[in-house]
Amino acid sequence: MLGRRGNHQTPFYDRIPLPTVGVILTVLCAGAVVMVLPFLWMVSSACKPPAEINRLPVTWAPQNVSCAENLQALYATSPHFTRYMLNTAFMTIGRTLGQLVTCSLAAYGFARFRFPGSNLIFAVLLGLLMVPFQAIVIPEYLLIRGLGWLDLFAAIIVPGTFSAFALFLLRQSFKQIPLELEEAAEIDGANPLQILWRIVLPLSTPALAAFAVITVQAAWNDFLWPLVVTTSAETRVVTVGIALLQGQRNTPWNLLMIGSLLATLPMLVMFALLQRYFIEGISMSGLKG
Amino acid sequence: MLPNTLGLLFFFGIPVLVAFYTSFQEWNAIQPPVFVGAANFERLVRDDAFWNALKNTVVLAVMSVPVGMALSLSVALLLNQRLPARNLLRTAYFLPVVTSIVAASIVWTWIFQPRYGLLGNLLAPLGLRDVNWLTRPDLILYPVAVVTIWLRLGFDMVLFLAGLQAIPRELYEAALIDGANRFQRFWHVTWPLLSPTTLLVMVLSIISAFQIFDQVYVMTSRTVRGGVGGSATTLALFLYMRAFTNSEFGYASAVALVLFLIILGITVFQLIVQRRWVFYQSEGE
Repeated sequence: MLGRRGNHQTPFYDRIPLPTVGVILTVLCAGAVVMVLPFLWMVSSACKPPAEINRLPVTWAPQNVSCAENLQALYATSPHFTRYMLNTAFMTIGRTLGQLVTCSLAAYGFARFRFPGSNLIFAVLLGLLMVPFQAIVIPEYLLIRGLGWLDLFAAIIVPGTFSAFALFLLRQSFKQIPLELEEAAEIDGANPLQILWRIVLPLSTPALAAFAVITVQAAWNDFLWPLVVTTSAETRVVTVGIALLQGQRNTPWNLLMIGSLLATLPMLVMFALLQRYFIEGISMSGLKG
Repeated sequence: MLPNTLGLLFFFGIPVLVAFYTSFQEWNAIQPPVFVGAANFERLVRDDAFWNALKNTVVLAVMSVPVGMALSLSVALLLNQRLPARNLLRTAYFLPVVTSIVAASIVWTWIFQPRYGLLGNLLAPLGLRDVNWLTRPDLILYPVAVVTIWLRLGFDMVLFLAGLQAIPRELYEAALIDGANRFQRFWHVTWPLLSPTTLLVMVLSIISAFQIFDQVYVMTSRTVRGGVGGSATTLALFLYMRAFTNSEFGYASAVALVLFLIILGITVFQLIVQRRWVFYQSEGE
């Protein structure tokens, strides 16, 4: 695990002269402004009345703040918008919980037990990591269609419950737990499930949290698969919803901006609260290569 | 453990095999699939639209990967100093990573609009206010590359920062004692010790560039999907339109196989390079 491999050293920091610090800060701030500007522009446009959206000269901030009117107009254009948000939330939670359960069970199995062919099976599962989702989206679709799951929540949640990536990450982190703890529990008469639940999982909370956060983020923002398997407003997720809204060529930009804002806000809030786990999760996924 | 293994094999393992088989079939919405041998691949070789999509994908990778890597490494190096407001800055750079590509692409589409768009108005002094970035076939890949870099920069930055922080400080201290200046320390300590991270970032960026889909889907959906004359059609979008707009599942599976082989090739390249050129501090990783 990058930077977590035992040596908790403080990294080396240069002593930099003050003028240089000023230059570095200026450069970094300019870059940061470019990175953040689209968000500010989204919020600003989401609050502009239609008259201000298409007007020259362009203004930075809305003169008549009209978020509420825009929100109403959004619902007039896309009456099921709340439904889309709830669908996204439901599928995100389903996929994340599902992955936590199935992948931690499997990861524990592969971390601690050997059985005929276990290495071979694990190697095959790891091989799946290399297959890009787009390369299997067609057979996956045909499979779901064959099961009669098209346009059902199951079409998104069930395949999204299994992840070779999660299996790999969790197995790594379970393997770092000292074996003695588990052996002691075994002597006390605990069965493997109890050991997993009482010892392994509590000791892996940071890894599980980091993994859960990036799974939530990926599931919330998923687009291609929901686009392919959902057709009706009842199952549509918010990313597909706003993409459709954008596809109707005359949808005004202020409505698209408030829609995008709503679709983005939950992830921004989660990021603000759980930033540490996001960074941890990304660093962990660096292992993937 | 069994349910997950079976689930993975069922939902991902079988599709891999089916994908391979389907690419040898003629398949449309009405008739049952027919085995056609290599016909799909013969058609692929002669299909200008396929070559165009492949070309666009490669061009996007060439435009976005080197620039994105240079930017993310620079930001990581600058942020890896004792600076005021370091965490705030890091957050700003990371923010795009947590947003959905779809929402971000919609915002950027608005920014790139001619006349009323933000970019055009910022560039108005240069006379570029009315440039139609998203409908001109010669320009459209630039906005897509910009969005791709913007979306990915924070991710690569975090990987680089983790790599930088893992370099043992003794090495820098030793270099200081030897009188190495800042540039020498970078060139003889940081750069070689960071090479595993650099390779990883490069491979992950190339792989993700070959899968660009959401951006082009959204950014062209107001005009012509895939850009005027297919000017922004990537491999993934080409595959999607063949399969899910035209129901040509067999033909699209042949495209999928090509995409898979490209990514497999990149991964194999990584493994070879890792053995031969990349410098590791300790063996047995």
